Amino acid sequence: MAETAVLNRDEILEKTRGVLMEALVVDADEVTPDASLTADLEAESIDFLDIVFRLEKEFSTPDKPFKIEQGELFPDNLLENPAWFQGNKFTDEGMAMLRERMPHVDFSAFDEDRELDKVGATITVSAIVDFVDRKLTA
Amino acid sequence: MRWMWIDQITELVPGKRMVAIKNVSLAEEHLHDHFAAVGDLEALPVCPASLIIEGMAQTAGILVGAARDFQNNVILAKIARATLDAEVFPGQTIRFEAEVTNLDAAGAATTGVVSRSDAGSGEWTVIGHIDLLFSHADQSMSGVALPDHNFVFGDNLKIILQSTGLVVAPPTGER
Repeated sequence: MAETAVLNRDEILEKTRGVLMEALVVDADEVTPDASLTADLEAESIDFLDIVFRLEKEFSTPDKPFKIEQGELFPDNLLENPAWFQGNKFTDEGMAMLRERMPHVDFSAFDEDRELDKVGATITVSAIVDFVDRKLTA
Repeated sequence: MRWMWIDQITELVPGKRMVAIKNVSLAEEHLHDHFAAVGDLEALPVCPASLIIEGMAQTAGILVGAARDFQNNVILAKIARATLDAEVFPGQTIRFEAEVTNLDAAGAATTGVVSRSDAGSGEWTVIGHIDLLFSHADQSMSGVALPDHNFVFGDNLKIILQSTGLVVAPPTGER
């Protein structure tokens, strides 16, 4: 049986914490489940690519490669459809798009604000753990 | 004119590994300031660490670009790790060994070893490790307007690439 088939959420969290500590050069006690990658851990857009590569390496096994497609974990091309936003805020259609594309992210608090430039802050450590857990058990 | 911080590509395994060298010479003007004599301290010409990192970036960047036939603008985006444990002096040669660890449409990650050799010794001493992250920048990804043509892999780079026998696609659009 591949190693990743028996990983529970705590194990996924610990591995993810290690990845984020290396990629973002932060201490372990900073990487809490509720920590936002951008707002709390000061991640920038290029760090997202680094994190994706490190997660792929961390969770891949010889039997089951762990491949993250572009835009699957972190959002991209969010402005490609004008119906998704009005001014600097996401519309109802835009929010539906976010929830469909990123089921691992909790948008309940963001729904009250919906500002485009704040969507990145919705990605927390828990969201990454949830993403990995979903993908490993898919 | 772009400045090249590698002199020769000595090994290329497309998509996987590339090795390049750079000869450090007292004829390089910047060495006279790095470091110049100050007070009782004599001048100490050493290759700046920043330029050693640049040499690795060019080595790894060419490796990444070659993997996709130089069709992407390969932009150095992040220095994930850079450790250098010794200086490089004029008369010595730097060797950059870069390997691809990740490569996809968004970008690439590389890991690299830096070694140093004295002139004519034929022996290499590992002096550091440099790991890099590159982005395949295009109009859809960046927030600024980029030229339509490939502005990374220009004619100066081709001179070095041609010495390896690599075929490089001609530039498109205005330089």
